[in-house]
Formats: sequence, C-alpha cells, structure tokens
Amino acid sequence: MLLVLVRRLGNVIPTLLAVIALVFLLFSVLPGSFISGMNEDGRSVIDPAVMERMRKEMGLDDPLYERFAKYVGKLATGDLGTSFRTREPVTKLIAVRVWPSLKLVFAAMAFAILVGVTLGFLAALKPGSLIDTVSMVTAISGLSLSQFWFGLMLMYLFALTLNWLPSFGYGDGGLRNLILPAIALGVGPMALLARTTRAAVLDVLNADFVRTARSKGMSERLVVKWHVLRNALVLVVTIVGLQFGSLMGQAVVVEKLFAWPGVGSLMVDSVFQRDMPAVQGCILMIVLFFLLINTLVDLAYVVIDPRIRYG
Amino acid sequence: MRKLLSLTAVAMIAFGGVAAAQETPRKGGTIRMTAPYAASFGSLDPHTTPRAQDDIVNKALQRTLYNWDSKEGKLVLELAKSVTPSEDGLTYTYKLRDDAYFHNGRKMTADDIIWSYTRIMDGSKGYPAARYVRIIKGAVDVEKGQAKEISGLKKIDDFTLEMTLTDRVDPGYSFFVGSTAILPKEEVEKGNYANNPVGLGPFKFKEHLPGSRVVAERFDKFYKPGKPYADKLEVLIMAEAAARDVAFRNKEIDTSILGPAQYVAYREDPQLKNGILEVAEMFTRAVTFNHSYKPFADKRVRQAINHAIDTDLIIKRLVKDKAYRAVSWLPISATAFDKSAKPYAFDPDKAKKLLAEAGYPNGFEFELTTSQNESWGLPIVEAIIPMLAKVGIKVKPKLVEVTVLTDIAMKGEHQAYIGSNLTGPDSLTTMRCYYSKTPRTACNYTGYSNPAFDKLFEDAASSIDPAKRNDLLRQANNLIYDEAPIWFFNYNKAVLAYQPWIHGLQANPTEITHQYPEDIWVDAKSPAR
Repeated sequence: MLLVLVRRLGNVIPTLLAVIALVFLLFSVLPGSFISGMNEDGRSVIDPAVMERMRKEMGLDDPLYERFAKYVGKLATGDLGTSFRTREPVTKLIAVRVWPSLKLVFAAMAFAILVGVTLGFLAALKPGSLIDTVSMVTAISGLSLSQFWFGLMLMYLFALTLNWLPSFGYGDGGLRNLILPAIALGVGPMALLARTTRAAVLDVLNADFVRTARSKGMSERLVVKWHVLRNALVLVVTIVGLQFGSLMGQAVVVEKLFAWPGVGSLMVDSVFQRDMPAVQGCILMIVLFFLLINTLVDLAYVVIDPRIRYG
Repeated sequence: MRKLLSLTAVAMIAFGGVAAAQETPRKGGTIRMTAPYAASFGSLDPHTTPRAQDDIVNKALQRTLYNWDSKEGKLVLELAKSVTPSEDGLTYTYKLRDDAYFHNGRKMTADDIIWSYTRIMDGSKGYPAARYVRIIKGAVDVEKGQAKEISGLKKIDDFTLEMTLTDRVDPGYSFFVGSTAILPKEEVEKGNYANNPVGLGPFKFKEHLPGSRVVAERFDKFYKPGKPYADKLEVLIMAEAAARDVAFRNKEIDTSILGPAQYVAYREDPQLKNGILEVAEMFTRAVTFNHSYKPFADKRVRQAINHAIDTDLIIKRLVKDKAYRAVSWLPISATAFDKSAKPYAFDPDKAKKLLAEAGYPNGFEFELTTSQNESWGLPIVEAIIPMLAKVGIKVKPKLVEVTVLTDIAMKGEHQAYIGSNLTGPDSLTTMRCYYSKTPRTACNYTGYSNPAFDKLFEDAASSIDPAKRNDLLRQANNLIYDEAPIWFFNYNKAVLAYQPWIHGLQANPTEITHQYPEDIWVDAKSPAR
C-alpha cells in the first residue's frame, strides 16, 4: 500500500510540470493579452503608455523560456505568482475558492452515487422491467443533457415555479443554495454511474460463482449482499474515481450559471481576461485534485478486492 | 422625426426617474444590485482597476472629486463645494468639503487628494488611472520617477486645493472616473486594502465573497444629510443573462441589465414592462475601416458602404430596437452632438455610383474582423454580407475572441473590424481619435488624417470658452460624419430592468449599471431582509 502511494506521488511532479509547460505554451500562442482583456467589451479605455508600464511590470515582454523558468522556480517554493487582475497572490485567490468548490463537487458526487448506483442496481436486478426502462431512459437523458440547460430548468422549476429554493448564489453557504448546482453538476456522473452499475451488476449476476452460490441454496438477498455487490463495486469505484477527479474541472459552467464562487468560475474569468498566473494556479489545483482522487481510488481497489496487488 | 421621438423618450424616461425619486424615501431595507460583466470583481482597490464591473461597487464605497449628474446630464462637484478656474483656464482652485469622512472616522483633507493622485502616478505600478491624472502639471515627472510630488497640486490649507493643468481641459472628465477615487493613505499602507477597502462613499465595506457578492452597510457619517436611505447594499455577481432573468422574475434581485432578446420579452410582459429604465449610453458601435487598406483610403468607398447597408433594418430585426441609430461619432448625450444630423440613407444605387467613381465599379473584397457579440459582432456581420454583396463588395468575416479585438485594432492588423467604442462623456477626448497626431495605439484605429479636421480639433482644444469649444467640436463631428471613416451603426440603448419597490435609479449615460446608491431607496414591498 505504501509503495502504491510513493509511486503515485512520484508521478505527480512530472505530470504537473507537463501541464504547466503545456498551459504556458498555449497561452503564449493565444492571441490577446491581459491588458487588452481589460477593455471589457469596449467599456474601458487603457492608455498605451500605461499598457507599456503594465506589460513591463508583469514581465509580459520577457522571453517565454525566461518567464517559464521564473515561474517554475517560484513554484518550487510554493509561490504561484501574483494575479495580474487583482495584484494579489494567486494562492490567496484560490484558497477562498477551494472550499465552495469542494462542497459543490462532494455534493454533486453524493447525489450521483446515491441516485446513479441505486437506479443502476435496481435496473440490473429486474432487467426488462418498467424500473429498468425508466432507469435507463433517465441515464441516457442525463448523459445527453447540457449542464447549462438543465441548470436553467432546475432554476425555473424549483426557484421560479415552486419557490422552494434560491435560484443562484452562495447565500450563507448552507444546503439551500447548494442543492440546485449540485444536481446540475451531478446529473452527468449520475447517468454514467447508473449505466455502469447496471452493466457491472448484470455481469456479476451471470458469473459462475453466483450461480454456485444460488445452487448451494443461499438466499437471493445474501447472494446479492455477499457476492454481487462487492464484485460489481470495483468497476463502479473506478467510474466514481474518474468522475470525481474531473468534476472540479467540469464545474466551470455550473459555477458561472449559479454564481457559485468556486475555482471553476475563477478559472473561466481568468482565461477570458488572460490572467495567466491565476489560470495556471487554477489548473494546477484541478490537476492536483484529479491526481489525488485517482491515487485514493487505486488504494481503494486493494481494500475492496484483496486479489488486486500492485507489484 | 424618429430620432426626435427617441430623444423625447429618453428625456421622458429620465424625467420619470426623477419623479419616482421625488416620492418620500423610506429609510432602511436592502438594495440588491447585480454586477453582470464578469464572474468576479477584479479588485476593490479602485486605483488598480479600470473595469466597469468593479466601478459598480466603487460607487457605493468610494468617492471622486466630481460626479456625473444623470438628471442634468453634466459633471458636478462631489468632494468640493466650489471651484474657481483662473483666467487662462489652466489653474483650478477647489474649496473642499469639510464634512467628508472616511469610513475609519478620519476627515478628508487636501492631503488625501494629493496623496491619491500621486499614488496613481507611481510609474512602477502602471495604475490605469494614470491617463486621467496626467493632465495635471508635473504628474508625468512623477510617473517617470523624476519627481516625488506632482508640482501642479498645491495645498493652500486643509480644505483648499490648487490644481494646475498642462492643457485647457475640463478636469471633471478625468476626476469623476471611479479609478481616481480618493483613498486614505493610512489604510492603503496597511497592505490589505483590496480586501478591506475604506472609502468616502455612502456605504462601508462589510464582506466580499469572491465570485459571489460584495455586501456594504450604511455609513452614518456620509456627508449628504439623510443619505443613504438603505441600511444595506448587496452587489451580486451574475454574469449569465439567463440566470439573471430567472433571479429577477423570482424577485431575488432588484435590478438586471437586459440584452436584446430579454428586452423584447420584458417589453411584452404586462408586469415587467413597467420597470424598464432606458438610456442612450455613450458607446458608438461601428465598423472601423483601416485607411491604410487601399479601398478604404477613398472617402467615396466608405460613404458607399454607409449607403449600402440597411442600418435601420438591422437595428430593428437583429438588435431588437435596443439601440439608437448612429448619426455621428459623438453619441446623443454628448454636449457637442448635433441634433439636426441626418443618417446616411439606405441607397444601394448611390452606393454603386460612389464605388464606380472611386474606381471600383465591380466592387472589391475585404476582411472584417468580428467577435461573437450579439449586438455588435458576428450576427451583424452576417446581415451586412448580403447587403454589401449587392453592390459588389465581398466581405470575408474573421472571427476572434472579444479580448483580441483591441490588440488587433492597436496593431493595425485589421482591414476592418466591428466593435463598440467608448465615446463619452468628454467630447474633446472622444474626437481626439481622429486627430492625425493621435497614434493608432491611442484610439486612432482608422489611421485617419485630415488637416481640416486637425484645425478644428486644435482650435477646440485651445479654446477657453465652453460654447465656442462645443461649436468647434460639433463642426468636427459633422466633418467626420461626412468623411465616414467608419460605418456608423448605433449608439447602445442600455436597459436596466428594476423591481417596483426600488426607487431613485439614475439613467446614467456613462454606464447604466453605475448608480450612486445614496439616492436609491426601497419601499416596504421589497422582499429582501
């Protein structure tokens, strides 16, 4: 187990470096700059002399390799740089966004697991039944829905029509403001989990060891509990891990729609305004989260299925 | 006639706003405004940001030397009681307010103004407002690091300030801009100002949840007696128009800026149509021709394009009437705007004739750079293409991200581009974009050069008499309209939807989301707690 952890952590550094280099390169070929981004649809005017000073202050005229070397050097000391836009340390900028993001991602995943796994499981136990059809229609719809459209529909239904929940914002950080964005974000993983669970459970239900258990006279409830659930769980956990890890990056649309103050909305705003240090910081945060969740999933395999060994 | 009716409508709406404000204001309650231009605020330190989004908050927390009076359509003194210009029009002596307090309880003095403007000119920082302060004598020396103090700013006593300018310009146009706010030195020097802004505004900072909202509370020592009315002000970030629409209909916000599609829906809704504030903002939307591209060097070609496009049809069908037809570079609310100006008639035959005279009987081809913007981007270009094709001009659209447009325009990499241009409130600054000595990087994106225009502009710039200056600028503006360095499209009609319980909103043509919140009040019907 410790070896797995060490190996995984060993992979983190080169992965991060590759991501940083890629983002740096992409931003260097992307047209537009932070200063032109300040124009805000023609609503602001920046003086050319000021622009020059700002470019100099921000080091935007330095060669790319020099900027990259400086950035990596700072990164090694835990310094993510200073945001062009706010002139504050990026670490500070991200720190206030992490908790709302984590809250949203965890809530979305909880919704996805609860609804998706339940639907998939029920569908697999009664294939071809009404519940199977309903579950799979829900799953396919969930996979096809755009987060933006679905989020808007949730707003219309639960805020405007039923008046049960607020339509946007962070409020006091409580559950009322969290429900709608979490469902909008969780509907995709929920659908995928429903389909995966159904397929995994069906696979296991037809396995020889399940048939053997049944022929020994074991009750269906015990068969499901002891043999089916645990074996189907390996595939489900893989999907949960992958979805969980990528959810923070996927939250961009939902965060913007619901005015949720997470890392995703910070990143999209920073991209549009070419605030490169902030974009780098956000991407690093999202990649780190992805790698962390995947490492945890690898460790979870060993616990769920003792046959799995990492040599 | 149509324009006259539009102007009357603007005036009536503005008057309506005044009438509403004349009811007895209620004390207390919460104002819930929206910040629609981005998913976050850039900074709450006003000196560091030129963004319209950030200025929405600044209007509540901060104060500048001048304000824009939307009712009168002019600049007014805010932090000074009176001002006396010298005979040569270069020195202004301000008698400052002696009742303006910062939120930390300290009284504002002339030192604060001097310190704030000097800070802005710190050349090592590149503060965006330097362009405004640069009009003060000696400010550039500070910017270049050649002086520590701005020689043109002199403290006579705590509440008297003398300001000497480099040129005969109205300092009000520079010092009403939010990024020239007066800040307390001691609070800025603590080093955490952007997270704990202390200003002179009617509301004091309470909370900033980045990416979500700014909350401010009434400042009891604000210098205008009885104001502000509301106890609390929330500025809620809502960058998505569809989400804003739901929140507005659900009564979760008090104001919402509308796009063309929502404007139509709100006008047709029997309840919502009563809460719409409209104003002709100081933005001129246009296709800017690069005159270094050979066909555009000829005035007749540019005029031909203005005749070949059915501008009224595009405004009606695509912009859903959420715009006023542009009849010059200066917008309707500009002091030098010529009310008798007539738009180019839609006349394809005349366009063909002009093209033939210019040596392009079979037309020509050009690349038109555009963004995705619904009001002045790709949808408009798509409508222009067939209209210009009818007179033989082939348009090749080139789609770029909106943030890239300015870069392209400054480098002169365009043959033509469509965009929105800030054209106010200072007519002199606005007209400078066609002065031949103005570089392309400083807004002469057409590369326009005309000695007749230069003469009018220089005479206007050196004139002390405001009436004479206005007249010269009006002539310059009319000359530009005839010369057609751009396709004159429209002036933005900014539309703010508001709830029936909110009163005192201002039809601000410089930016409708910029409201002075001390004049706003909410009645007892407001659902906000």
